[in-house]
Amino acid sequence: MNENLQKILDEAKTRIAAAESLEDLNDIRVQMLGKKGRITDVMKSMRELPPEERPAFGQMVNGLRQMVEETMETRKRLLAAKVREAKLAAETIDVTLPAKAAGIGHSHPNTIALDEVERIFVGMGYEVVEGPEVEKDYYNFEALNIPANHPAKDEQDTFYINPDVVLRTQTSSVQVRVMEKGQLPIRMISPGRVYRSDEVDATHSPCFHQIEGLVIDKNVTFADLKGTLALFARQLFGEDTRVKFRPHHFPFTEPSAEMDVSCFKCHGTGCRFCKGSGWIEILGCGMVHPHVLEMRGIDPEEYTGFAFGVGLERISLLKYEIDDMRLLYENDARFLKQF
Amino acid sequence: MNTALSWIKAYVPDLRCTAQEYTDAMTLTGTKVETFHEYDKNLEKIVVGQILSIDKHPNADKLVVCQVNVGSQTIQIVTGAPNVAVGQKVPVVLDGGKVAGGHDGGPMPEDGIRIKAGKLRGVESFGMMCSIEELGSSRDFYPDAPESGIYILPEDAPVGADAVEVLGLHDVVFEYEITSNRVDCYSVIGIAREAAATFRLPFVLPEVKATGNDEDIHNFLEVEVKDMDLCPRYCARMVKNIHLAPSPEWMQRRLAASGIRPINNLVDITNYVMEEYGQPMHAFDYDTIAGHRIVVARANDGDTFVTLDGQERKLDHDILMINDAEKAIGIGGIMGGENSKITDDVKTMVFEAACFDGTNIRLSAKRLGMHTDASGKFDKGLDPHTAMAAINRACELIEELGAGEVVGGVIDVCAGLPEEKHVPFNPEKINKLLGTDVTEEEMRSYFARLDLTVNEEERTIVCPTWRQDLLREADIAEEVARFYGYDKIPTTLPHGEATAGGLSLKLRVENIARSVAEFAGYSESMTYSFESPKVWDRLRLATDDVRRTAVTIQNPLGEDFSVMRTLPVNGMLTSLSTNYNRRNKDVKLYELATIYLPQAGEVLPDERVQLVLGSYGEGDFFTVKGVVEEVLGKLGITGRLSCDPACGEPFLHPGRKAVLSVNGTVIGYMGELHPDVADAYRIGERVQLAVLDMPVVTRMADFDRKYQGLARFPAVRRDLSMVVPHEVLAGQVEETIRANAGKLLESCELFDIYEGSQIAGGFKSMAYAVTFRAADRTLEDAEVSAVMGGIVEALGSLGIVLRQ
Repeated sequence: MNENLQKILDEAKTRIAAAESLEDLNDIRVQMLGKKGRITDVMKSMRELPPEERPAFGQMVNGLRQMVEETMETRKRLLAAKVREAKLAAETIDVTLPAKAAGIGHSHPNTIALDEVERIFVGMGYEVVEGPEVEKDYYNFEALNIPANHPAKDEQDTFYINPDVVLRTQTSSVQVRVMEKGQLPIRMISPGRVYRSDEVDATHSPCFHQIEGLVIDKNVTFADLKGTLALFARQLFGEDTRVKFRPHHFPFTEPSAEMDVSCFKCHGTGCRFCKGSGWIEILGCGMVHPHVLEMRGIDPEEYTGFAFGVGLERISLLKYEIDDMRLLYENDARFLKQF
Repeated sequence: MNTALSWIKAYVPDLRCTAQEYTDAMTLTGTKVETFHEYDKNLEKIVVGQILSIDKHPNADKLVVCQVNVGSQTIQIVTGAPNVAVGQKVPVVLDGGKVAGGHDGGPMPEDGIRIKAGKLRGVESFGMMCSIEELGSSRDFYPDAPESGIYILPEDAPVGADAVEVLGLHDVVFEYEITSNRVDCYSVIGIAREAAATFRLPFVLPEVKATGNDEDIHNFLEVEVKDMDLCPRYCARMVKNIHLAPSPEWMQRRLAASGIRPINNLVDITNYVMEEYGQPMHAFDYDTIAGHRIVVARANDGDTFVTLDGQERKLDHDILMINDAEKAIGIGGIMGGENSKITDDVKTMVFEAACFDGTNIRLSAKRLGMHTDASGKFDKGLDPHTAMAAINRACELIEELGAGEVVGGVIDVCAGLPEEKHVPFNPEKINKLLGTDVTEEEMRSYFARLDLTVNEEERTIVCPTWRQDLLREADIAEEVARFYGYDKIPTTLPHGEATAGGLSLKLRVENIARSVAEFAGYSESMTYSFESPKVWDRLRLATDDVRRTAVTIQNPLGEDFSVMRTLPVNGMLTSLSTNYNRRNKDVKLYELATIYLPQAGEVLPDERVQLVLGSYGEGDFFTVKGVVEEVLGKLGITGRLSCDPACGEPFLHPGRKAVLSVNGTVIGYMGELHPDVADAYRIGERVQLAVLDMPVVTRMADFDRKYQGLARFPAVRRDLSMVVPHEVLAGQVEETIRANAGKLLESCELFDIYEGSQIAGGFKSMAYAVTFRAADRTLEDAEVSAVMGGIVEALGSLGIVLRQ
């Protein structure tokens, strides 16, 4: 490279290195490489050379141009990064400022509890079945082994529409409707509203929810009932939950039981929550009474089954430690948004 | 049912256990103990003391200083009790001991009250003499206790002995929850029999001694039962030369523990036997029985009768009466009459122990509004055998207590006694039902403890008549299960044919609606299904509105809960009102509310779930409309939602309401709440409501999705800026554009609407972006322009002109 070209290169490098902004750099590019730039001028001056020198000279100028361009590119990247950095620094936000709420609504605690229960039983192959709330007396009582004049039918408990139609007092009525279809085996749960003539207070509501469960198959045993409900309790209340079955009486099951779960607050040592007993009463259950099967034309010698009924509010009140049942039907937004 | 442990021990003498052990064991065999109360709780270091001397307190007028012999020593006690006297024996709590409560009988502290030696107004006191309240009891149990002051012990109480023992307070009372099938356990004997079986101890039922003089009751009294269906057994015995007196302490205490106030020996014996055997009895004054004849017969409709509480009762044909030769003297199984009740002057009395039809007693008691101890026992349906056992036991007690002279013989009118039931005994089947492997021998040991015998020849189990709950093999299986132990039965899972399980389409659709509503900011509410008919007026329903015909509850809790809702908005509005009154801002609620519509010719109503969206504060009609569209979209209902302002709902704002439909099918309605209705619910903000009829929506839901190729050719957008007559609705404009845009139309969106100073009165400015696209080519300008021309022409017919 001749001296002149070397001088241009040195000068360019010096100026490029000194450039502090992309604008400066652009000015240098125009002055060096632009139409009237120094290097362009040198290239133009090639015409004045003898033809045999031109190729070598041209190569040299091109080499110079390339070197200047590369130097410029390197500097440009550096300056661009600086600019980006400064921009980012200027854009810093206070991430601790409050969020802009998405304002998503909340499910009712009863629904959350029911979804849990449904998930557990659907996982075990149970179908979720519904039935009418305004129900024939027959399905609610007689077909469940509660004949006319049984104390459970007493008007003080049951809302009557007319002598033959009631507001169902238990979702067990759906058992009968499912058995009536005659398809065996049966594995179902039936959630829904039930009605009892109880005045509204902290622990009573004339309208509440129950989940009925029914399994009918060959060789279903009381041990199966225990195993199923123990699994249910562990899934719902936690793996370390223990269950206790106590004899009880329901007209449509025999043998019958009530199931307690170990208190999930104190884990069985006794606390205010479980009234010191370490146990919480959670549901009623039993083997389907043979007469109930017979009434639906199912031979109790061939088929057996178990049934259980659990109060949904009982679960949601316990699980979420809600101390007043009225809160569930008041729908105060401050209450609902806690779920 | 409350019973003292000491009473149970009378029949299970070997019973030794703590109250907690008893509670747990009995509960696990099916006699559930709800709670128990230990009478000696927090009673420590309390002995029998004898007052040796009483001196005035030097510094206090109302206090005295006593020297009290407590056996091992004599201690000084300062007291303010008004009733102390030298020589008395009293309960004394020593230094460091404990009493259950204060002398005022107020609520007792959980851990009792610790008593320590100390000075009272300068004089040392080393203990405390106790009132009955301080001992955790009351004058109900110890009627001889003074109204205020120290409880005075009997003269024969040994000085220095455990005063709690002397008072009989080392006892526990248990409260049971007896299930309705175990009628026999509504008695001390029944519970004791279960206790003996539970603890595998002998059950000792003392033999009732023969009673009566050499006279014969048949010479004094005649009994006739006219309605044996309502009274299958009537037993009567007589007692003469009655000597009324308080009953002995042991009887008073057992009754008090059971929650029955002691009165006198006759009343107490009747109550005692009722608790012991579960058999209510009644006593008549013999001298008031006209003709000395008892006739058991139905009342006549419209008869009246004064019961022994002085109340006049209205009778009917289904109420069974106890009559004498002239008049009614008692309502059978419910309450005796004033005219024949035992008074202090009674000389001769008739004991009645009868068995009445349980159902009839329950229904009669309900009609009469009288729920007595007796009716509460009878209505469960008693074993007629018990009547005779109980009446003889009562007479035994009469003789034992010296309460009178029992007349010989018994009148027994009986329709026949029930026989023992024989239930097949099949141990394999029992094990198969329970999932257990209990040996036959083991099962037999349970039966023996329950007085069930095995008839070897028939291979049946013979059930005693008091076990009315044992009818078939499943019942026997329960007996095996509860004595084998529910806790010992294994835990397994059902095996057998697999089932798919899952939710119905209805529930899946509801869950989707739920999640869309929640993502749109609505929280789920739940309200009662019944409401007041007044709601219809509040919602401004016309008098002939079909929704005023509702499923009506015959026996509601009150008018506010008397009709099943026929439209789902009242609950929502009530909830919004609650929130508004509690100053909650921007509230959005949804409910999946069932409505109950009576159906002509059907026994049961049509139950339809309605999705109700309700809100006040943030958002307007169009926000809610957007949520409705999202719900439909998620359910695969692709037809466009159309809103028709011709909506008949009277509770909505007349200018801001719409019937919602898709492809011509009505799916619900929406709108802003009518201000009159908002006032009625006391909501001071605009309320938006939308209601979707879920059965219809569910029918339209479609989860079948098919992929459509993504557009590869560019779209052409044309804007239409128009002046539109005020009365032309956006829906009409859009409908017209769509109808004339042909199949190249991709979308048509309103992006500006304006009414005001720039626009002539009666008109509004609207601007739509109309986008065209072809799937297979780039559109030519000319073809789009041709289509646009057609659209503009069609719009022209609505009086719409393009803006210049």
